[in-house]
Amino acid sequence: MIYLILIFFLLILMLSAAVYAVVQKDLLYAVIATGVISLVLTAVFYMLQAPDVALTEAAIGVALTTIIFLITIRNTKRHEDDYNKKDNLKSPLK
Amino acid sequence: MKKFLVILILAVLGFHLFEAFSGLGLGVTRFEKGVKDYYLEKTVSELHVANTVTSIVVNFRGFDTLGEVTVLFLAVSAMGGILYKRRHQTGDRSVLFSSSSIVRSGSKLLFPAIILLGVYVFIHGHLSPGGGFQGGAIIATGFLLMLIAYENFSVSHNTLSYIESFAGIFFVGIGLLGFMNGGTFLQNFLPAGVLNNLFSGGVIGIIYVMVGFKVAAELTGLIYTILHEKD
Repeated sequence: MIYLILIFFLLILMLSAAVYAVVQKDLLYAVIATGVISLVLTAVFYMLQAPDVALTEAAIGVALTTIIFLITIRNTKRHEDDYNKKDNLKSPLK
Repeated sequence: MKKFLVILILAVLGFHLFEAFSGLGLGVTRFEKGVKDYYLEKTVSELHVANTVTSIVVNFRGFDTLGEVTVLFLAVSAMGGILYKRRHQTGDRSVLFSSSSIVRSGSKLLFPAIILLGVYVFIHGHLSPGGGFQGGAIIATGFLLMLIAYENFSVSHNTLSYIESFAGIFFVGIGLLGFMNGGTFLQNFLPAGVLNNLFSGGVIGIIYVMVGFKVAAELTGLIYTILHEKD
């Protein structure tokens, strides 16, 4: 019972972090949220008796992917533009 | 508007995935007979390997692992090629900046421990959870920490490519030695040893050490190339 409650809590945490990453306009926060998803996913994998996958997820998902995204943000720009604005002429969607 | 559309699509997808997976039941035996029984039995009785996942990945499905290593190599090569061109167009530019002394001291303290953990994980791949990929990724994380903390910490690209090439050739060479002993590619030709000993499982330990070196060298080189755009 405690196992089920814990795993549902972790899954809900993952879902909310994912929604936050999609909605957030500050890309730095969005990347940290994706890192949180990977971190919680590591715990879920461990609870589902897959320690091998949990190790991979911890090393690649939490550390390497997050850092590569952070470097990308540092090389480009931190805030997501609002492409739906009428006066934004540089938008690639027009 | 676009984001809510994305969330809506994801919600629909999640609902259907949940619907599909909710009927499965966690931890319930679903396949009465299959290849899993063969693997579970042969792993302990013939190969003397404690970790079944490792024995499947390296021994029963060793050729797939060779393919995975090749895919990683190709990805890193392509990334290096793209960044090489970019580096020569933009000129000297580094994304690094000097970090505080707390980060420097902390990473100096953590670096040997992380490397040791990575080496432990890939040497004991056939005994405990983990293996070459995991250990290599952990070692690359340690190098990443040092590269971020110290601006002038550098790794030699030549050494990395020598390590990577040697590890890859050794992997394929072990696979070819299987032929010489009258078997198939990547077949075990060493004595299986005693269960739960470090020297058990035949070629699995050697292959995982090589995979660990290869993955660590590839990922470290990739991170170094991204972090130091100047040459």
